[in-house]
Order: sequence, then structure tokens, then C-alpha cells
Amino acid sequence: MNVELVHIHKSFGAVHANNDISISIKSGVIQGILGENGAGKSTLMKVLSGFIQADSGDILLDGKAVHIGTPSDAIKHGIGMLHQDPLDFPPMKIVDNMLIGHDGGLFPNRREVSKSLKELQAQFGFNLDPEAYVDGLTVGERQQLEILRLLWLGAQILILDEPTTGISASQKAKLFETLKKLAEQGMVIIFVSHKLEDVEGLCHKIAVFRQGSLVGEAAPPYNTDNLVEMMFGKVISLDEKTRLENCEPAVEVTNLSIEDNRIQIRNANLTVNCGEVIGLAGMEGSGQRQFLRTLAGLMRPVGGDLRLGGKRLTGKPYHSFQDAGISYVPASRMEEGLIPGLSITEHFILSEGQSGFFIDREKAVTISRERINTFNIKGEPVTRVEALSGGNQQRALLAMLRTPLRLLLLEHPTRGLDIESSIWIWSQLKDRCRQKTCIVFISADLEEVLHYSDRILVFYNGKVSQPLDAAATTVDQLGQLIGGKGF
Amino acid sequence: MLNKSSAGFKFGFQILAIVAALIFTTVVMLLAKAPPLEAYKLIFTGSVGSIGKISDVIVAWIPLLLATSGLLLTFAAGLWNIGIEGQITLGAIFTTWALRLLQDTSMSPTLIILIGFLAGILGGMIWASLTGLLKIYGGVNEIFGGLGLNFVATALTIWLIFGPWKRPGVGSMSGTVPFDNLLWLPQVEGLRMSWWSLGIGLIGIAIVYLILQGTYFGLRLKAVGKNGRAAFVIGIPTGKYMMSAFFICGAFAGLAGATQVLAVYHRLIPAISSGYGFLGLMVAMLINYQALWAAPVALFFAALNIGSIQLPIVLKLDSTLSGVLQGALVLFVLMMDGVRRRLTAKKVK
Amino acid sequence: MDNNTLVGLAGILASAAPVVFAAIGETITERAGITNLSINGLILLTAMAGFATSVTTGSLLLGFLVGALIGAFVSLIVAFSSIALKQSQVAVGFVLALMCRDLSYFLGNPYMGLSGPRVPSLPIPVLADIPVVGVLFFRQDILVYSSYILIAVAYIFVFKTRPGLMLQGIGEQPATAYVRGANVNRLRYIYTIIGGALVGMAGPMYSLSVKVGWKGTITGLDGIGWIALAITIFGGWNPLRAAFGAYLFVLLQWLGLVLQPSLPNIPSQVLQVAPFPLMILTLLLVNIGNSEWVDRTLAGLPEEVRRFIAKVLRAMRTTPPAALGIPFENE
Repeated sequence: MNVELVHIHKSFGAVHANNDISISIKSGVIQGILGENGAGKSTLMKVLSGFIQADSGDILLDGKAVHIGTPSDAIKHGIGMLHQDPLDFPPMKIVDNMLIGHDGGLFPNRREVSKSLKELQAQFGFNLDPEAYVDGLTVGERQQLEILRLLWLGAQILILDEPTTGISASQKAKLFETLKKLAEQGMVIIFVSHKLEDVEGLCHKIAVFRQGSLVGEAAPPYNTDNLVEMMFGKVISLDEKTRLENCEPAVEVTNLSIEDNRIQIRNANLTVNCGEVIGLAGMEGSGQRQFLRTLAGLMRPVGGDLRLGGKRLTGKPYHSFQDAGISYVPASRMEEGLIPGLSITEHFILSEGQSGFFIDREKAVTISRERINTFNIKGEPVTRVEALSGGNQQRALLAMLRTPLRLLLLEHPTRGLDIESSIWIWSQLKDRCRQKTCIVFISADLEEVLHYSDRILVFYNGKVSQPLDAAATTVDQLGQLIGGKGF
Repeated sequence: MLNKSSAGFKFGFQILAIVAALIFTTVVMLLAKAPPLEAYKLIFTGSVGSIGKISDVIVAWIPLLLATSGLLLTFAAGLWNIGIEGQITLGAIFTTWALRLLQDTSMSPTLIILIGFLAGILGGMIWASLTGLLKIYGGVNEIFGGLGLNFVATALTIWLIFGPWKRPGVGSMSGTVPFDNLLWLPQVEGLRMSWWSLGIGLIGIAIVYLILQGTYFGLRLKAVGKNGRAAFVIGIPTGKYMMSAFFICGAFAGLAGATQVLAVYHRLIPAISSGYGFLGLMVAMLINYQALWAAPVALFFAALNIGSIQLPIVLKLDSTLSGVLQGALVLFVLMMDGVRRRLTAKKVK
Repeated sequence: MDNNTLVGLAGILASAAPVVFAAIGETITERAGITNLSINGLILLTAMAGFATSVTTGSLLLGFLVGALIGAFVSLIVAFSSIALKQSQVAVGFVLALMCRDLSYFLGNPYMGLSGPRVPSLPIPVLADIPVVGVLFFRQDILVYSSYILIAVAYIFVFKTRPGLMLQGIGEQPATAYVRGANVNRLRYIYTIIGGALVGMAGPMYSLSVKVGWKGTITGLDGIGWIALAITIFGGWNPLRAAFGAYLFVLLQWLGLVLQPSLPNIPSQVLQVAPFPLMILTLLLVNIGNSEWVDRTLAGLPEEVRRFIAKVLRAMRTTPPAALGIPFENE
């Protein structure tokens, strides 16, 4: 099936998210859609998959204009979309997940569904048990399930939104192999990503988006510099990699064992020197989050020891960890970091700790203004945090951190931010390191881990690697470890 | 042209809600073949028709205002303290208990009354802490924990009235033996109201207003209520703050219960809370949890309650009509607020 | 087993029928993602209205019809306020719970103490003559038979049919359900109304069968709805387990009555509230495994003890539908 999008326009308020986009994709083609966050890629894909309606413009399938009002309309037209966060039903069985939304009689025939699932799996070498529950699967397996489901429903056009985030190297290889096979069978594959190497390695054609417009198209062989320039409008290079002088050990983790109902970590060891940055890598759900939350004092380890500056913290409540100079910045900003309904100023007051009984509002506003300037937050002291953009929320979170800090723990510090904000955030974090704060952070972005860490720990299914020297590690080596090779 | 986001627009919808609630209640009365106009007139004259009636309204206003004040704090912490009925009841039981223990001693009546109040506060706090512990450490939703404890409190009252504290001879629904006049909170000459309880009620709401507007405690409470997980990560011990909210609300409820014993009934009766706990929840919802409006709206609700007392006698109607009207008011105000938001949101698009 | 005990146990099946209806009705509503907190008032209002209708018209069927309609309508208000008006389900449900209760007392005033019709017993031929089982299950009225059928149908519907799977889906992940073609909010309306109608049947089941008549505040129905809500949680949003909870609750009530003569010092009012502390206790048991401090304490224990306790807690624990109480909006 051939797809054409003609003169698509879509605005959200003042933001022109898609400005006159026209693109045509032939059957059997893997089309890359490249652009940084907020470039308009996702908007266009949502238009094509029926999530939102374009303000104007047409969608043509095999030359015929179609109206796609809802995502289920889209699948009836053979358009299936694989979302970045898998859209499925975690507490239910795989076979039930296949069935929901599948038309048919009152009583579904589960056995038949299991059979067709197995047949489909055989084609691609997937191995999912139809009776297994989805919440026991990895992100990669959930992706496989969703691809199988869309194929089972007869998808001819498959859209994948940032599919390589959070899956292992081996799963990625398998995914690419599958997509190539599907394209050979005549399907249209639309691969949306901001990762150059993924797009370059897979796609037959690349369309580059910037600020709502389609700025250019490219065909192999690709010129990376050229693509980067199209993506960003100018060439941006990451700041110079700086390496600070480390001093004495500040954090000592010995034989730490952690356990929750998902994962077990046994005997992890780590010593962090002050001013050092440790990156935690691994696919999502490998134990790095539990490790970080244990360092923060939010989880209690089942064994082992945790010392900060020689003082034992194991088993102490979270607030003792905070008092000892440990801060934790969670990934889900609006769920765990900020309080919707309260203003920026009120957040600063809350993070300050008490000084008296009554709040001195005037003083608080003055301090708030200073910090808003220092941290370059686009907002007023009275602005409620939910009205800020993601980047500004992250800045506000950093502005709330106490000084001095001994250990700063961050989950995905730059996720969802544009590249300039990311660089700015890291410059702030490096400043902290100069003040002898240790940083331990999680990121799914290998480039970020390699570039900013001094040393790296890789997590795989609860296993923890030896600390790797970031300067002597390559993306490939890291990818192998993340995929479980070399443990 | 009316600006859709203006205060006038908002006010207009509130008026609309009140009209709708009145129409609804009128229809209900017509269904019951009751004369609506006469009923409304009766409620009006029954509440503000004479100095005596007004004083009765004030008598009902104080416990209601106290309950509402306490609830504003639990609501700020994001908690539905439905157990407040039981907390009022336990306050009344503790006050009665203290008075029964001390009434035959040589202690001065003023001191006994004071101890009675303190006992009531303690009773309310204990009962509230049970709900709090169940919620914070047991994961039992405070709505169910509180409800269960309400029923237990009622049973406890009845057991006391028919058991250990029964009147000489046989226990009856009219309650325990009334206390001596000396143990009554001093009343205004010829009226049932007391300046003392009026003072307590007004000071109570003023304190709550201050806590919520200007203190670290109030701000943290709000943070816990709006996003408990983030508040905890920021460094607020959420469990402690929720417990504090329960304790303070329990103290207010206990105070209301103590007032019921010391200033209104002068004994323990089966329905000692008079439903002021649930009514306080309604008031809090109606004023959208803004402390500033608690006093006037609670006064209005108290007037409805007192005004409807005459309904069964004069019109052979059940006095729950006031409850129907109050419920309809809250329901329509909530719904109209939703309608207004919808209209405003559409305009922005 | 002597005959008295058998009749008593048969009585439990009969008295539990309305609780089964209410708990399963609420289970279906909550499966769709809506909490209908109004059901305590709803049961009172429909008990009154069903009784009044049947007394006035002489028709039992009309009584139940009116009950179901009122249940559906009041629940529609909850759904509408939540879905279309974005108001808190708890707030609206609670106000309606109080208002419906007051309405039932106000409007029921003229019907206080009147004698009314009663749903006749309908022994099933042949089956009723089976020893023990016949007395227990098959010498009941049509309402009790309906409750058996409801349990089976609700269970099969939720877990075995296509629309039932979608019902689970809209309560768990409405956004995914939407992508799979569900009109989430319309389905939420439908299931809230169906659930409400089932709850609305519970009222007339009391006033026309289990506790015939309307006696205002002393009817003794105030509180049943809250129990039914707790049973929904205890039942882990599974119709079968909810029905089990309903029977357990009525059994305990019955035991209270049976034991009363041997405990003369305890007034009947006290035994009547015994289910409420038990309700708290059961909620404690099914919820305590979700508490953070339990995890913390467990982490400090030796491995075997820890594993064992964690296993026990997990077996008891129930988890609500992930999107319960959360409004859904497609972008």
C-alpha cells in the first residue's frame, strides 16, 4: 500500500506543530522520520494514526483520500502504530491482550488466537507464551507483542515511535531484522526516531523535521553531518568532556542486596569519590532504578552496607538520608518531583525546610525571583508548576536542590528535553561536582552515559557489572553489556 | 458582553445552582403532596423569626462550624475524614465521662467544664487517630475506616446509655441523666446560646484560616494533599502530616462533641453528633474548601436545620427536607461548576 | 445437620441476595473505572420507592422496575458529573449518598409501617425435594434464584466474553482501550448505569422480600451500601469473590443474632454493628501488603521469614483497576 500525506497543517494554540507537510511513501519502503523532540514528528504520526485530526490536508492510501477519525479507524485502513510506551494491558494475559479490540462473537476462541499467535511468532523467531501476563514482559517483548497483534489485525502500514528506547541490543537487532522482512513483504514501515545511527542503519529514505516543518529528505548513502545540520539548523557539539580531579571516597556501597517483587540484586559494590559522576546503564527494569532508590533511602536493602562519608546509613529512614546530604531527582517530574497546584515560590519554600512558624511571603518571593533568574526558568514566582514546560520543570527541580550536597541521584535527568536544555542542565550538574558533590544518574541514552560519566555501572536482570572507565568504553561495548553479554 | 472567566460569570452560575436546588426541592415537595411555599416560609420563620430562634440557629452553628473547620485541614491533606461523625460522638462520650467522674467531687464547676472540654478534645483525637493509623499504616481507605468507626461509636453510645450509664430504673432513648445546671456552659439570659461557645467556634475557624494561609505547616499539608509522593521525596514526612491533620480535625470534632454535651443537651443522647459531621463535609464541599466562606455557609445550613424542626409538627412533613435541600445545593453547585468550566474551556480553544 | 440450622442457612442465602446484587453492581461499575459512592443512599431510596410503588399499584414487578430505574438514574448523575463535568466522583457520590437517604425518609413518610406485598416463595419442582440441597438452595423466591444467575453471568461476562475483556481494559488502561476502538466514556456511562440498576434492585429486594415494609430510620438498612462497597474491595473486583464476601457478611450477621441469647449483657445494637469492625479488619488484611512500611520492615527480616510473609500478603492482597476514579480524555 502506498501512503501519501498532502499539505498537512496542525496547530496547538500558537504552536504550528505541522506546517504544510507533504510526504509520499511507496509500498515496501522503510521511511525514517528524523528530528529532535518537539520537531513535529509525533504530531504527524498521530494524524496518520487517527489520534488527532489535521487542521487541513489529506491522507491518501493508494491514491484514495481517506478519513481517519480514531485509532481504530486507522487499523481498519491497515495503519498500525507502535507507541513509545507500549499501549497494552499489563495485568492481563497476552492472549487477552490480543483479543481486546478484536472484532468477533461474544465468546472469543482463545485457543485459536493462541494458535495464530504462535504461527505468526514462528515467522519472526519471537517466543512469547500466550498464557503469560504482560507485566512480566520486558519492553522489547511488549513491542514484539504489539507488532504481532497489529500484523494479526492486518496492518499494511506500521508506524514505530522511538522503538529503540529501552530495549536491549539483541532485541534491537531482532526488531530491525523483522522490519526489513516486513518491508520485503510489501509493507510500509515508518520509523520515527531522533537517533541518527538507528535511522541511518535501517531506513531506505529519511525525512528530517525541524520546528514543525519538513526541512529535507535524504537517501543512502547518508551524510551524517548533513543530517545533523538539517535536524538542528546549526551544528551543535556537546560541551568539552571535562574530567575533574576526584578526591577521597565519599560513598561506599558494600555487598548491597536489594529485592522487590520484580527484581533481585545481590552483593553490589561501589565506591564513589567526591566530585565523581557515575552513570547507570541498562535496559529499563534491570535493577538500576531500585539501586538508585536504595542509595536515596527510599528502599531498604535486604543486606549489605551503605556509608556516606564513613557514616553508616543502612536501614535509616529516607529523611536521615536527606539530612546526610543526599538528594534524589525522580524521572517522573509531575508524579514524584513537583506538586501540581502549587507555585514555583511555594516549591522553593517547601524545599528550604522550616524557619519559624509563619511564612515570610515577601522574602520567599524575592528568593524565588533570584533563583528563577539564575536557573533561567521561564515563569513567574506565582506560576503553578504544571503550567511550565518540561525543560523548565526540570530546571525548577534543580533549583530546589539544597546546597551543599554530598550525593545527588538523578533519574533520566534530560529525558524529553531539547538538546540545548540538556547541555545547560549538565553544566549545572558539573558545577555541583566542582563543589565535591557525587552524582549517580540513570539514563537510557548511551551517548549521555558515556559522555558525562567518569565511571559506568551496567545492570542486566539484577546483575551489576564492575565499574567501567567511561573514557575507555565504546558504545558497542556498552550495548553488548546492556544486552547481557559479558556478565 | 459578559466575560466568561469573570467573577460575575462564576457568581451567575452559583445563583443558577441555588435556583436549580430550590426547584428540585420544590418538585420533591410537590411529589410528597406538600405545600412548598408554606414549607419554605416555615423554615424561614423557624430559623430567623424571633430572637429565640436565631439563638437556636447559633447553637447549631457552633458545632457545625467546628466540624467544618477541622475538615478543612483533613481536606487540605487530601483526606476524606468521613469518620468525623464518630469523632464528634467520642468527644461527647469523653466529656460526659469526665463530667460524671467529677460532678460529685468538690472541684469548682468552671474547672470541671474546662476538663470536660479537654476530655472531649482527647476523645475526638483518639478516634481520629484510629482512622489515621488504619489509613497510613494499614492502607485502609479513610472513607471505609472512618465509616466503620462511626457505626462503632454509635453502638458505643447506645451501649453506654442502656448499660453502664443508664438512668435509674431503665435506660431510655432520651439519654443519660442530665447534668446539674452548674455544669452547663453559661448561657445568655433567657436564650439557649452561649457567648463562650460562640467564641470557641469563631476562634476555631480563625485558627484554621491562619494555618492554611500563612504557615509552613499549612503549606506542607497542602503539598501532601496535592501530591503525596512528591511531597515525600521533597522531604515532608507525609505520614506524620496526615496524622497531624487527623489529630487536629479530631480535636475540632471532639470540641464540637463537648459543646453538644456542655452547651446543648447537657447529657449523652443516642444521636449526640446531630449529623453535624456529615453536614460539615457538605459545607466544606460547597465552599470549595475555602476557609473564608466556612462561617457564613455553615450558618445558613444551621438555619435550614433549625427551620425545618417545625415541619413535622405543622405540616406533617419529615424534617429531613432540610437535608434534601442541603444535598441538592451541594450537588447543583458542584455540577454547575463543572458546566461553567466546560464553557470556559471551550472558549479558550 | 438439623433442620433449624438448614433453614437458617437457607435464610442466609435469601438475605444475602440484595447484598450480592449491590456488590456485583458496584463491581461492574468500578471495573469500568468509576467509583459510585452513592449506593448506601441508593439502596434506601430504592427500598422506599420500590415499596411505595408496589403498595400503590399492587404490582411487585413495577416496584423492582422503579428501583432499577432510580438506581440507573442516580448512577447516571455520578457518571455525568465525573465524565462530562470533571467533578470528583467521591464528592458527588457522597453528596448523593446523603441526599438519597434524606429523600427516602422525606418521601417515605406516608408509607411508614404500611403493610405491603411480599415476593412469594417459589420452590423449584424436583430440585426442592433433594435432601439438604433442596432446602438450602431451591425453596427460595425468584430473587434468590436471580442472585445465583447474576453471580454466574457477571463472572462469565467479565472474564470470558469479548465485551467483558474490554470492560477490564477501560478500567485498567483507558488510553489503550481507546486505541483498540473502545468509546471509553460511553462504555463508562453504560456500565455505571447497569451497575446502578443492579444496586437499585437491591433496595426493593429488601423492602419487598427480605425485610418487608418501610419503617423510615429504623428500617435498619442504613449502612448496607457502605458494606457493599467494602465487599467490592474485599472481592478484588471479581464477581465471584464479591459474592463470597456478601455471603460471609450475612453469615456473620446471622451468627450475631444466633449468639445474642447467650450474651444477654450485650445490647442488640452492639451486635448489629459487629460487621463494621470486621469490615475494617478485612480491608486491613487485603490492603496491608501494599504499605511501604511493611516492605521496609520485611527487608530487615531473615530471608525465609521474609519470603513467607510476602507470599501470604500477596495472596490476600487485592489491587484495584489501575484507572479507577481517574477521568479519561482522548487528546
